[in-house]
Amino acid sequence: MTSIDPPLAMLAEVTHRCPLQCPYCSNPLQLLTASQEMDTETWKSIFSQAAEMGVLQIHFSGGEPTVRQDLEKLVAHCEGLDLYCNLITSGVLLNKDRLIRLAAAGLQHVQLSFQAAQADNADRISAYPNSLEKKIEIGRLVGEIGLPLTVNAVMHRQNLDDLEALIDLSVELGAQRLEVAHVQYYGWGLRNRAALIPTRAQLDRSTNIVEAARERLKGRLVIDYVVPDYYARRPKSCMGGWARQFVNVTPNGKVLPCHAAEDLPGLTFDSLRDRTLADIWQKSAALNHFRGIDWMPEPCQSCDRRELDWGGCRCQAFALTGDAAVTDPVCELSPHHDQVKQIAKKESGESPPEFLYRRIGGAN
Amino acid sequence: MMTDRRIIDETSVPRLPTGVRLKFDDPRDQWVILAPERMYVLDQVALAIVRECDGVANVGGIIDALAEDFAAPRAQIGGDVVHMLQDFADKGVIDA
Ligand code: SF4
Ligand code: SF4
Repeated sequence: MTSIDPPLAMLAEVTHRCPLQCPYCSNPLQLLTASQEMDTETWKSIFSQAAEMGVLQIHFSGGEPTVRQDLEKLVAHCEGLDLYCNLITSGVLLNKDRLIRLAAAGLQHVQLSFQAAQADNADRISAYPNSLEKKIEIGRLVGEIGLPLTVNAVMHRQNLDDLEALIDLSVELGAQRLEVAHVQYYGWGLRNRAALIPTRAQLDRSTNIVEAARERLKGRLVIDYVVPDYYARRPKSCMGGWARQFVNVTPNGKVLPCHAAEDLPGLTFDSLRDRTLADIWQKSAALNHFRGIDWMPEPCQSCDRRELDWGGCRCQAFALTGDAAVTDPVCELSPHHDQVKQIAKKESGESPPEFLYRRIGGAN
Repeated sequence: MMTDRRIIDETSVPRLPTGVRLKFDDPRDQWVILAPERMYVLDQVALAIVRECDGVANVGGIIDALAEDFAAPRAQIGGDVVHMLQDFADKGVIDA
């Protein structure tokens, strides 16, 4: 591989701390504690390196990024570097003053997550009291102070009946965008898969609802739609390809191609505490391992979609086959594809088990 | 907060709203629009149009200016400009 293009965007997981406990959380099962997080100055230096390399956007995520009291400082630092700052938040810790301070620091956009449109269901899924009311209030405030809002609705078998109400809520809040994202089965979502996976009929119904809403709300609300992989015939282009467009930084400074990759066995991800971002991006053995197309097995190696979907998701390949280096089994051309169909059918057809909530030590 | 679809015509006055930025992307040698959860790479024509979206000029004026800059007949480019701005408005990239 000669020259490696810099990533377009960085997902900055500034913390794993979060007051909510969503059972589909994309964080790893082993959550980091506050004392393991990088401090303000270290993060600032990372953002400076990112800007220098050619990163254009910073997505502040977590955990819940607003638990960090220095978030304004980090945003202001990025703004000074002309980096576009996006905040991915559950909203429950925000208030008007803080939002105004974040906007003044240069924040450009807020993505606010909703667990459900019914209060009791939202509380049950997030294991956090009165979350819906709080989120609605924050969604309103975002619009009031003049920032664009994206509503992020994570959908699964236990809240799909709320989809229409969530679309209405997004319109009511004046959101510009709504992301209807079916849960993906990594990390906590994988552990809770049977409690989350919809039936084919439920999925089709949600697809119809989204399509009708797109038509009805054209020009007023942009709706992005992510279907659950297990019902797909071709995999998603995971992160636009391993270590191509996105770089994910964990609270303690590990550089990953996506938020879930740390759980893959046999790969050692480098830390920004030891090396520079540019050095890691170019030379990390783990990032180079699945970069491009050289690593690909058949059927990907001779497939004309190989530079469109990059063979799908490595984490999903590992989760379903125990081998991260095979074609994503979501692909119909994978020899493991039948297994995926069977899992979806079986698990969605049985009554859902209890949630395993996302909390420190919760997966042990 | 329910807003209607913004329909672009020659009287519309487009501008880039908060959360949408035009930026030269140095390492990749291209102009981009950074928007919520999105990035658009602009070609020469799109760039020329977006640069005119200053919240002052109306679409009619923008077409006049571009017709002159590109030495193209107004009738020929007018439709394309409105079409592109409508597309941007639907995506939330411009406000009008
Ligand atoms: S998915 Fe839920 S638990 Fe995980 S970080 Fe987001 S709000 Fe917190
Ligand atoms: S065989 Fe590989 S490259 Fe081809 S569509 Fe399937 S996952 Fe994508």
